Amino acid sequence: MGGKVLLANVDIPGIRGFDTYRAHGGYIAVEKALREMTATEVSLEVHKSGLRGRGGAGFPTGLKWSFLDRKSDKPRYLVCNADESEPGTFKDRYLMHHLPHLLLEGLIISSYALGVETCYIYIRGEFKYLVGVLEKAIKEAYQHGFLGERILGTGFSLKIYVHPGAGAYICGEETALLESLEGKRGNPRIKPPFPAFKGLYGCPTVVNNVETLAAVGPIINMGGEAYAKIGRGRSTGTKLISACGHINNPGVYEIEMGLPVEDFIYAPRYCGGIANDKLLKAVIPGGSSVPILPADLILNTAQGEQRLMTFESLAEGDFESGTMLGSGGFIVLDEDACIVRNTLNLTRFYRHESCGQCSPCREGTGWMEKVLHRIEHGEGKMSDIDLLVRVAKNIEGNTICPLGDAAAWPVASAIRHFRREFVYHVKFPEVVKNIDHGAIQSDTELLIPDSGTGIKYW
Amino acid sequence: MEHNNIINHPQFVKEGKQVSFKPETLKKVQDLMKRYPEGRQKSALLPVLHIAQEELGGYLSVDVMDYVASLLGLQPIEVYEVATFYSMFYLDKMGKYVIEVCQTGPCALSGGEQILAHLQEMLEIMPGETTSDGIFTLKTVECLGSCGTAPVLQVNTDFHEKLTPGKVDKLLEDLREYAKHDKSDDSTWVEKFC
Repeated sequence: MGGKVLLANVDIPGIRGFDTYRAHGGYIAVEKALREMTATEVSLEVHKSGLRGRGGAGFPTGLKWSFLDRKSDKPRYLVCNADESEPGTFKDRYLMHHLPHLLLEGLIISSYALGVETCYIYIRGEFKYLVGVLEKAIKEAYQHGFLGERILGTGFSLKIYVHPGAGAYICGEETALLESLEGKRGNPRIKPPFPAFKGLYGCPTVVNNVETLAAVGPIINMGGEAYAKIGRGRSTGTKLISACGHINNPGVYEIEMGLPVEDFIYAPRYCGGIANDKLLKAVIPGGSSVPILPADLILNTAQGEQRLMTFESLAEGDFESGTMLGSGGFIVLDEDACIVRNTLNLTRFYRHESCGQCSPCREGTGWMEKVLHRIEHGEGKMSDIDLLVRVAKNIEGNTICPLGDAAAWPVASAIRHFRREFVYHVKFPEVVKNIDHGAIQSDTELLIPDSGTGIKYW
Repeated sequence: MEHNNIINHPQFVKEGKQVSFKPETLKKVQDLMKRYPEGRQKSALLPVLHIAQEELGGYLSVDVMDYVASLLGLQPIEVYEVATFYSMFYLDKMGKYVIEVCQTGPCALSGGEQILAHLQEMLEIMPGETTSDGIFTLKTVECLGSCGTAPVLQVNTDFHEKLTPGKVDKLLEDLREYAKHDKSDDSTWVEKFC
């Protein structure tokens, strides 16, 4: 099977349309689930598959489903999180663009398993063109009897609606998404109660990522156990990785979990190595929120083991020397990239996207941006570096939602692994001010002649 | 108290213009409202604001927001607080084509800053400004989810990817030509919803 599960048919011309999709095995999973299986059996297969949330957190999908309040007499909802806005991540867009029916299959089967009759796809507003693609696919599914009343002659009915957001990163957080879907500002809710009990309109709700839901159809086709045999350990199945930055072949790749990171970066069928024959400097492997790692630590763990593309291997070493698989937004930085500038850029992003509810995040992201801005522009003080670490620490864990952590980790990890680059910016303001960025070229240029003020980290 | 005084901001001045959707748009809006359960029509606010912004002048004036509030049975403030939260809603008059340049991480690594600088030079405006002929507004935006084809920009939500200064010049030339024929470069929100 070549490791491809979701994207096995992606190259077939016309696969976006219902007829071609159907001719290549489409909707067989829906028929199998609805005709031959009970809702509990479907949930059990998903549980057995070991599928974990593909949006970033990696929470087991079967477990999330099991939390759904089935005793409530309120309607239940399934919401597909298509608000893909994590910098470096563009896999869901690719999936919806090429295989909208694969997502619909997943939605139909999941709704059947969860006892849901209304399902919303919350898609980011910037993907307006995809709203049309999805609406067309939904219309086709209705026409062929896979949506609507009494699907395939069973007692199961389902409606799916597309709902566009309007430009807010925070709405990717599931409770902010629900607020937004209710027509409000995207302010995350305090949890508990979790959406499984009080979600959309106060009703039991499951929110899953596009890629997670798209995997449900193939899991039903092949069986949960067969799916769990793909991959490695608790990281089962395949993962879509969207690779970008300074590499030869940016794009979306479906990999079997467990692929060595080194192969992913250098193999011609994946990233194809670093562009312009440069050297690898650092990688942010799971979307901009996860800790950045320098070349040596992304290829091998601190213990010298080969780093693999799994939830566990990338997290090996915790925050000291590890990172996270996150959403699979794989950002590669070459030797010429300026870490300070990149960190400033990402911090500006989080300052802009903070919803403003929690003071540590609202104020802290702005402070970090200001301090980084002055370091980057040759006006920093040596004490600024530790000030950044302190501010980051005071944001982390002190906010309602994980955006605070997401803003703190890039700063903390950049200083942890590239402190000397920050020191260089402070010690040589004239150089920093005058160079066209990207000009701090080789490692030797970063060697600082006089360590000076008791900085002992490098 | 008149609600034009609720928010003390120059943008929140009610001009008292009569605005309304075309009949066929109104039909579509009513269909959209039915997608949400009885009593939850507020849910339709984001999609309806997209449609309103597009059809009623390219930005959300107080009159437009009040009109949307009346359609959905909301207090005007419920619309204002949402319109000011989301970056795709504009509270100022915009140019015919809004050029939004991604400036986040991956785009910045791949030359996004040079693309923005080139646009500033060609249009002789800074981000946030509109050209004197009213054709272009330049804006910076955060990650557009197109990092594999960076640098990227959107013109009224239409993607333009793998940009070079040459491609930007061609794009501006095309858009100026479209403007002469009053052509939009993309289908409307109303057309997207089946």
